[in-house]
Amino acid sequence: MRKTVAGLMAGIGFMFACATSAQSQELTIFWAEWDPANYLQELVNEYEAETGVKITVETTPWADFQTKAFTEFNAKGSAYDMVVGDSQWIGAASEAGHYVDLTEFFNKHKLNDVMAPATVKYYSEYPANSGKYWSIPAEGDAVGWSYRKDWFEDPKEMEAFKAKYGYDLAPPKDWKQLRDIAEFFHRPDQKRYGIAIYTDNSYDGLVMGVENAIFSFGGELGDYSTYKVDGIINSEKNVKALETYRELYGFTPPGWAKSFFVENNQAITENLAAMSMNYFAFFPALVNEASNPNAKVTGFFANPAGPEGHQYAALGGQGISIVSYSENKEEAMKFLEWFIKDETQKRWAELGGYTASAKVLESEEFQNATPYNKAFYETMFKVKDFWATPEYAELLIQMNQRIYPYVTAGQGTAKEALDALAKDWNATFKKYGRQ
Amino acid sequence: MATVVMTSLDSKSRAASRGLSDIKIRNLFIIPTILFLIVFNIFPLIYSLGYSFTDFRASTNAPATFVGLQNYRELLNDPFIWANFAITAKYVIVSVTGQVVVGFGTAMLLNREIPFKGLITTLLLLPMMLSMAVVGLFWKLLYDPSFGIINYALGLGSFEWLANPDMALYAVAITDIWMWSPFVMLLSLAGLSAVPRHLYEAAAIDRAGPFYTFFRITLPLVAPILMIAIIFRTMEAFKTFDLAYILTSQPTTEVISIRLYKMAFQEWQTGRSCALAYIVLIMVLAITNIYVKYLNRVKER
Repeated sequence: MRKTVAGLMAGIGFMFACATSAQSQELTIFWAEWDPANYLQELVNEYEAETGVKITVETTPWADFQTKAFTEFNAKGSAYDMVVGDSQWIGAASEAGHYVDLTEFFNKHKLNDVMAPATVKYYSEYPANSGKYWSIPAEGDAVGWSYRKDWFEDPKEMEAFKAKYGYDLAPPKDWKQLRDIAEFFHRPDQKRYGIAIYTDNSYDGLVMGVENAIFSFGGELGDYSTYKVDGIINSEKNVKALETYRELYGFTPPGWAKSFFVENNQAITENLAAMSMNYFAFFPALVNEASNPNAKVTGFFANPAGPEGHQYAALGGQGISIVSYSENKEEAMKFLEWFIKDETQKRWAELGGYTASAKVLESEEFQNATPYNKAFYETMFKVKDFWATPEYAELLIQMNQRIYPYVTAGQGTAKEALDALAKDWNATFKKYGRQ
Repeated sequence: MATVVMTSLDSKSRAASRGLSDIKIRNLFIIPTILFLIVFNIFPLIYSLGYSFTDFRASTNAPATFVGLQNYRELLNDPFIWANFAITAKYVIVSVTGQVVVGFGTAMLLNREIPFKGLITTLLLLPMMLSMAVVGLFWKLLYDPSFGIINYALGLGSFEWLANPDMALYAVAITDIWMWSPFVMLLSLAGLSAVPRHLYEAAAIDRAGPFYTFFRITLPLVAPILMIAIIFRTMEAFKTFDLAYILTSQPTTEVISIRLYKMAFQEWQTGRSCALAYIVLIMVLAITNIYVKYLNRVKER
């Protein structure tokens, strides 16, 4: 009897030993459910082959990515060792101590020079210009455009377009041309529509879309260092930009009032629209014939310039951070050391990830690898982002509340919507003592 | 007397032979449930009442400071919150009325001798057994203006059910009516089959018309059970979240629970969202109380 008990105890002990040793060899990265997360899983599989450390990329749909991540953070949970978090979270996550301070790591590896400047500024540093870093730029991203080359290059269309607008039909160089082309191809009776834009107001879809217009029209959302918004968010330029966005909504397919990246890629694959706004991260699916029957005739262009020649795009993308409550912080740090190596970044780009490594971005090899890489490289040096303050979610919801009824239903005017928004934002900043 | 009845445990039973008394068994069953309720319901309820008077945010490490009635004052002065309540009220009225009309009507149709009655009743109950999220997702496809079957069947062209701000709330209510009318039907059917046959026979002898029979015999006798169905459906409709959240993101369909969710889990305004939850709770309690009073009056008749 004693022998059996001893054997049993030994067995249990062995089991525990295995369990703990297996645990220290496993890391979990949390990200949203989209193609780049699958590419990252492929990349970390190679890390496992090299070092034996198993890494799992856990994903959740975009709509509840923020909620799920912060629920885990607030509960100080250790389910995730690293998180590839949105750029606007960085204020909230760093001030509350959810992210490990990576300043030392950043300076040791001189990441300021290794990564493209815009990605360091928006994904890693908080507060602005403080020299404190909370994440490693992982997935660079911005908004670009795809278009139907076959529609654009049809001689009949080209002739008709020139006759109507007086210039050649080609990918638009400014927002005026973008509007004209959208109007030209908008033919509801043929079930063909002009343009697909972001309108989803449940997270940052609509706001990102409108930002593309605002930044290119030379406007700003506010002064990010003084929190001044009066006369900035409701400036003349922003009113014009919002009016143009509302006009573009008139050339979208029917029922386009809750569309984000999935719908906008469908606009191209299902022959719905001539041009479609989307993040670069979703373009690999458009050049793949398995997911886009029109892959051969799909072209790409960078966000066009505004009336005064300003050309900017809304920033997407994320940096990778270590969660403070992780039980494997050292192991995670080792992974990051591997992740920032030049060869890893090159491999990351090959797999379909959008590296932020300046060296890889500047290489000929990268720029010629796909039809959109060059546009991506150019865009990544002229991007701007939303507020990154801890209360960004409130600012986002207020912006959605004010501009959505105007953009999708034409309620009120652009000026009224933006004036009201300025008031909301002022009240919010006052509440948190920012101004 | 009652206690004597309660504590009489059969002395020959196995429980008694193990030395268990009635009281012990009662405690064994009731105490875990009460503990569970206290830990997971009562305690959070009281705790969140405390939070509703603070500016606490679960997303930060900042300590909560007491702000008195500020959250309540600001919420009740916020025009967006009032718009959310107005939308919720409209939704409750449209959706519950629809369910009662359709559900009670179907019950009337089924309350007679027809072939395959059991099978038809079971099939009609199916929508209610589906998951809300699944129903939301496939109705979104049915409503699609480009390829949805509803527009095709009704010949509406590319009518925008969900993108049209005036129509979206009705579209959500229609889905809810489709899903929950069977519930009203089931309860009404139980009520209808309990109406004594001889009352109808007496009415027929007196040559009462079908409307007179309905309003003077059927409706009064089914009313108590119908009221219970209405109470349940009103409470549920007031709390509705999944269908409206999945189907559309129109501001005109932002019912109060969606606003509450955004405030609590997107903006992380924990203190303020606790206050809003309490306002909703008080409203639901008040409405339910009015119904229950009415139900008691109906029963007395």
